[in-house]
Amino acid sequence: MTATLEHTAITGTLRQELLKVRNLNVSFSTGRGRDARLTHVVKDVDLRLAAGECLAIVGESGSGKSVTARTLVGLPGANASVQAERLELAGHRIGTLGERQWRRLRGKDIGFVLQDALVSLDPLRPVGKEIEEALRLHGWGTTRSRAARAVELLASVGVPQPELRAGQRPDELSGGLRQRALIASAIALDPKILIADEPTTALDVTVQAQILELLGRMKERGTGIVLISHDLSVVATLADHVAVMQGGAIVEQGPARQVLYHPQHDYTRALLDAIPSEHTKGTPLSKDGRARITATSRRPRTTRPADAPVLRAEGLVKSYQGHDGVVRTVVDGVSFELRAGETLGIVGESGSGKSTTAKMALAMLEPDAGRVLLDGAAWTGISTAARRSRRRSVTVVYQDPLSSFDPRWNAERILLDALARQDYPGEAERAAQVRELAGQVGLQVEHLAKHPLQLSGGQRQRLAIARALAPEPEVIVLDEAVSALDVSVQAQVLDLLTDLQQELGLSYLFISHDLGVIHHMSDRVLVMKDGRAVEQGSAEDVFNHPRHPYTRELLASLPQLGLAPGQRNPPAAAGTPTTEGAHS
Amino acid sequence: MSTLKHNTGLLLQDPAHDGGASAAGGGTGGAANHPGRRRPRPNNLLTSPGLRRAGGRLLTAVGVVWAAATFTFLIQALLPGDRATLLLNQLAGQVQQRTAAELAPINAKYGFDDPLIAQYFRFLGDLATGNLGVSYQLHKPVTEVIGDQVGPTIGLTFASLLVAWLISAVVIAGTARRSRMVSSVASGLEAVAAGLPQYWLGVILLVVFALNLGWFPVVGGTGLDGLVLPALTLGIPLAGFLGQVTRTEFEKGMDQPFALSARMRGMGDIGVRLRHVLRHSVLPGVTLSGWALGSLFSGAVIAESIFSRPGLGKVLVTAVNSRDLPVVCGIVILIAAIYVLANLLVDIAYTLIDPRLKNS
Amino acid sequence: MSTSTLNTSANVPAVAWQRLREVPLLPAVAAAVVLFFVVAALAPHLLTSRDPFAIDLPNALQAPSLAHPFGTDQSGRDLYTRVVYGTRESLLIGLGATGLSMAIAVVLGVVSGLGGKIFDGLINRSLEVLFAFPVLLLAMLFVTVYGPSVTTQIVAVGLGTAPGYARMIRGQVLAVKNSGYVEAAHALGHSRWTVLRQHVFPNAMRPLVAVVTLGIGQSIVWASGLAFLGLGVAPPSPEWGALLDAGRMFITRAWWLEVMPGLAIVAIALAATVLGHHLQKKLEGARS
Repeated sequence: MTATLEHTAITGTLRQELLKVRNLNVSFSTGRGRDARLTHVVKDVDLRLAAGECLAIVGESGSGKSVTARTLVGLPGANASVQAERLELAGHRIGTLGERQWRRLRGKDIGFVLQDALVSLDPLRPVGKEIEEALRLHGWGTTRSRAARAVELLASVGVPQPELRAGQRPDELSGGLRQRALIASAIALDPKILIADEPTTALDVTVQAQILELLGRMKERGTGIVLISHDLSVVATLADHVAVMQGGAIVEQGPARQVLYHPQHDYTRALLDAIPSEHTKGTPLSKDGRARITATSRRPRTTRPADAPVLRAEGLVKSYQGHDGVVRTVVDGVSFELRAGETLGIVGESGSGKSTTAKMALAMLEPDAGRVLLDGAAWTGISTAARRSRRRSVTVVYQDPLSSFDPRWNAERILLDALARQDYPGEAERAAQVRELAGQVGLQVEHLAKHPLQLSGGQRQRLAIARALAPEPEVIVLDEAVSALDVSVQAQVLDLLTDLQQELGLSYLFISHDLGVIHHMSDRVLVMKDGRAVEQGSAEDVFNHPRHPYTRELLASLPQLGLAPGQRNPPAAAGTPTTEGAHS
Repeated sequence: MSTLKHNTGLLLQDPAHDGGASAAGGGTGGAANHPGRRRPRPNNLLTSPGLRRAGGRLLTAVGVVWAAATFTFLIQALLPGDRATLLLNQLAGQVQQRTAAELAPINAKYGFDDPLIAQYFRFLGDLATGNLGVSYQLHKPVTEVIGDQVGPTIGLTFASLLVAWLISAVVIAGTARRSRMVSSVASGLEAVAAGLPQYWLGVILLVVFALNLGWFPVVGGTGLDGLVLPALTLGIPLAGFLGQVTRTEFEKGMDQPFALSARMRGMGDIGVRLRHVLRHSVLPGVTLSGWALGSLFSGAVIAESIFSRPGLGKVLVTAVNSRDLPVVCGIVILIAAIYVLANLLVDIAYTLIDPRLKNS
Repeated sequence: MSTSTLNTSANVPAVAWQRLREVPLLPAVAAAVVLFFVVAALAPHLLTSRDPFAIDLPNALQAPSLAHPFGTDQSGRDLYTRVVYGTRESLLIGLGATGLSMAIAVVLGVVSGLGGKIFDGLINRSLEVLFAFPVLLLAMLFVTVYGPSVTTQIVAVGLGTAPGYARMIRGQVLAVKNSGYVEAAHALGHSRWTVLRQHVFPNAMRPLVAVVTLGIGQSIVWASGLAFLGLGVAPPSPEWGALLDAGRMFITRAWWLEVMPGLAIVAIALAATVLGHHLQKKLEGARS
């Protein structure tokens, strides 16, 4: 524990202290009878926050950051016990509050914003009603004045046509608008503190930038913001102070600049190093030993002229008819080439058609027009039977590996199933190859006996990669394959993928919404928007000399350490360390 | 009544439907977010989605009644043994072979000699004009037989549904996601209630509350006090059933972020339960109510038999025992029609509770 | 449900005892109830020394006592003995009806789930129509046509409950068919038949164990419901439904004639429910 609190002493004397937490401990009792046990989720946490400041609590899943935040509004969850030496919030000692007193505080003195407004606002009610409810619960105004106030609030968080929007349900609003509406319901009574728990995680990067800007404006107006996030670069745009949590404890805390650019603790450093970006290209993100990879191919590799594409898509088009009878063109004229040993990154926001493109590249979906060629031969538009023998050349890793494993099978069975029968006729040979594969992706032999459910998220994704490797493919389609992983696990998996590519000469079709990951991994990049490929080229060109306005907008929205959204190339202030400087 | 207990989830979420939706949605993601490029069809009145769907529903409803009627016709027509013989034997109350001379007038009167297809069209024609045939046993038009007795049964059916909803809603809102003890005891009781045979529950209620305690009449009239025990007999197992479905949904709702959001803006636990979560959790129960109404209507047979209530039940049992097919088939068609009507109402109720469905 | 191949423990009795201690109380009780009825069905004489048909008129309509724990009927026959001897027929009706409805349901559900749009639409529509006939009503319609008998009872209940199961199985098949692991198997280049055999059938049919367990209890309830209305096995038989039917006219004088056989039905139905839910939970636990 290296929590340093001096910084708050300096700034705290100038501004009103909104939050004082000392030695906060939260534990949950789980199980009953003989299985009863107490799990400490938050350990000795100290926090401080002054008006007009933003305190960011950063950590990976299971670090206790969300429980900490919820404890601050008295809702740590069922079966929780909370202990603290000091718990003060907006001038109230909250350690001893009863439920009634808590209810007076929540929504009035503290606002709370959760992750995904689609489910964090009541999906059956208009958003205006939710805002009015916040007002009503604290006895604000009359029915009529509340309705008017709700519209005002929507306008104040930048919702256009607020009268219309107030009458719409979350599912009728876009992701950005409903997140704004959620924020409006949290700040309806102008709370002194706003706690935002991963407020932008479910959002596309362009929308994320807008929401962060909104939070920034509120901070300027004097609201104290507690920002909970797993994403250090998001935090960097807003936070004045950063607390890094790991395993329930704060491992490092201090001014944002200090924590993000001169991290003292190994864990913070590892977290920062794990963020894939332009600068990390070609270098490992994690400190793990490199995977033990030996190419044990049983097949002669396809020989092709240098630079000939392995996979080639020509003018792919796919439309769906919705239940309302409206035809939507999801992919519209997308062409690309994937060369041997290369990574082609496809990047786009949700709904851009990138996953549908991936499905057509896998020939799991027939394009309405256009075609895909594998090694120069037709890959779509042929019979399933004709394709089956070549299926092993193109394999896939999905975002959610768990659902892609038969729940009845253990890891060993999953891998055995993926091996090409003709290459490994003997039982012993197959078993040996399964162990080999496990070793290549860094799984232990004992993992093979386990069911996917018993594996961690990272191990599951390794298993999925091993399965994709088993048929000795030429191309692996990685469809948001690392998007659900914590950043440190993501770093390990990305390193593994890089190593595998180098040793085995694989080609990756790498699909992601994360520009940093795409930049880190890709040789060439395809940017998709609304089903069209708006820009295509080498990673260097696309990221450093974007031609299409949408690519520029995407890049500008990308929060980066040390850069507020919108300032891509700030003047290098003297003494401001760059991210690279922090790494070395 | 409880056969569907464990299937409800699947009944409600037709995976084919979901699969289709997600296949289409997979590319477009949040439709509100990125509408994609739409190619809307001409949106005149006839093709507007709402009207088209309403038309589709109505067509399905008519189709179900027609199919049910056809089914009963086929059963009557393809019945093992000769229909005229059966009819005569019933009239005489004895079983014997009949001579052709005896059978001829019957065959002529009922048109049994006509080709099947002609009989079928006559049957449909009659059905359309509200003629369900004549009872073999009572020699009265079936519509009249049913009409005389349907009132009390309808009353009982709706009373039972009401009782079931009241019990389950109160129990759920009060006990779901409380302490482990409370919620497991309550869900245990629901499982027991759902598994209780109606005839057994009815007998127990009769013995305890009517015979021993004397709170209610033993022979139920059509009055309100005569309605209580029969309605409980049918309502309690249904309440257990609805409760099981609703509880799962309620607990899901309590775990949803919007429930937490509401707490975080200062709402109390009870407020969250009643104002937010309950509305979400009644949806599957509402869907089931349409089916339950049909089921209750036939379950009424048992309750009416135990409490000696007047109603369709007695008519039905007598008709089944005496193999009076026109009456049985008439009641079957009636119940199918009620089922269909109930489900149309359920559709309307559903869109009122969950307006998202209006546009989907 | 995980069967660890590497962890083959040597101490089998100790492991068995450990396993036994982990069995929760309620399913254990339910299993005991089921065991009792299985014994009653196979060897009723082990559970009672009396004759189910022995008439003893002086002792007619005796309330439950130590000598006659369930009381006696109008002919003085011991009701407990009759319930025990009636178990076999009642269980057979339940098993038969469940077996029949499952067989129909599996065929319809699988064909509907895998047979493509036309079959699916056709079967789905037919099921929609069958849902308009409540179980009891469909069963009664069937009895009307064929007259009351054990076979009629089995077929009537089997047919009546089949649509619900068919729809459930269809949903299950479709859910598995559209699952990520089936897609993954196709992506690996497995043939359609391999995918069906390796993934779709086993995963779609797995929950059926629980459903069948629940279903047997429900079938007995439905069948005895028919009998209660006088549409089942004829009264001298000690089949539970027949006992209910016979006791109905004495209800104001001898409540035990209805309540006690009903208790047996409730006991087996609840035991089946508890076991079914227990199985369901175990299966789900292995999944999520």
